[in-house]
Amino acid sequence: MLTLHCPYCGVHADETELASGGEAHLKRFGPGASDEDFEGYLFMRENPKGVHFERWRHAYGCGKWFLAARCTNTLEVFGTYPAQSTEPPQHVRDAISAKRPGWTWREFS
Amino acid sequence: MSNALSALGGAKFDGLVKVADAGLQGMITLRGNLADATLQQAVKAATGQAVPDQRAIVLQGDTGVAWMSPDELLLFVPYAQAHACVASLRTALAGTHHIVENVSDARAFITLSGADGLVREVLAKVVPVDMDPQQMPAGQMRRTKLAQVAAAIWMQGTGEARVVCFRSVGTYAFDVLCTVAAPGSAVGFFAS
Ligand SMILES: [Zn+2]
Repeated sequence: MLTLHCPYCGVHADETELASGGEAHLKRFGPGASDEDFEGYLFMRENPKGVHFERWRHAYGCGKWFLAARCTNTLEVFGTYPAQSTEPPQHVRDAISAKRPGWTWREFS
Repeated sequence: MSNALSALGGAKFDGLVKVADAGLQGMITLRGNLADATLQQAVKAATGQAVPDQRAIVLQGDTGVAWMSPDELLLFVPYAQAHACVASLRTALAGTHHIVENVSDARAFITLSGADGLVREVLAKVVPVDMDPQQMPAGQMRRTKLAQVAAAIWMQGTGEARVVCFRSVGTYAFDVLCTVAAPGSAVGFFAS
């Protein structure tokens, strides 16, 4: 069972209260973008066995979107943070580094 | 005026705890910047209460206010006054970014009463929430998933809980709560 801390309500929300929203930190490429960038934005996703960053929505709670860093292998959660973040905050990166030294994910490490 | 009917029509069930239709209750959704002074004054004027802290609820009789999300409150007012209250709020909040709507008839409202431990246990069977008195004291509201539907739950006091859900799933929520409150189904997880 996956339990994520909602940064808006401050509750530890069970997975059944949450809706998954796919990968976090996607950068949108729209009109005027190159075909390669547009294709990457639409279709190319990370699928790691290990550290991963995802969007989640507290669908049955406050209704807000937030971001989560977790391990897809062990379901360990390293941290959650507001959806307005354009990159993982330092305390979340530090929490990951403490458990998974040398981790990388897209351009983050 | 039309003859207003609550979602559950006065339904009652007597099992491990009493499950009952809580009747007509004025409910108003208010969204906006909860830190805004104009909004705070409007909430005070409508309910007599300050904007509650995160997850807090104050409900005295049929008047009060609950924290729904960082930009949403649920105001409780007497059913017959909900319409007029929305009009006053719109006047008070003119020019302030907000949404206010009377949702009284869009909700079902249920009371659970009995031994405190059993009231908590009946809810705990169908919500993914720690119903321990330390984790869910009176005055804290939790929006969650009750069996298969969205609901807000809180302990109104010792041995009394309230449930709010959408009217369309009111009968479902009531029936689920009656099922898990069936006589003989006590687990005894919480001290009564
Ligand atoms: Zn939340």
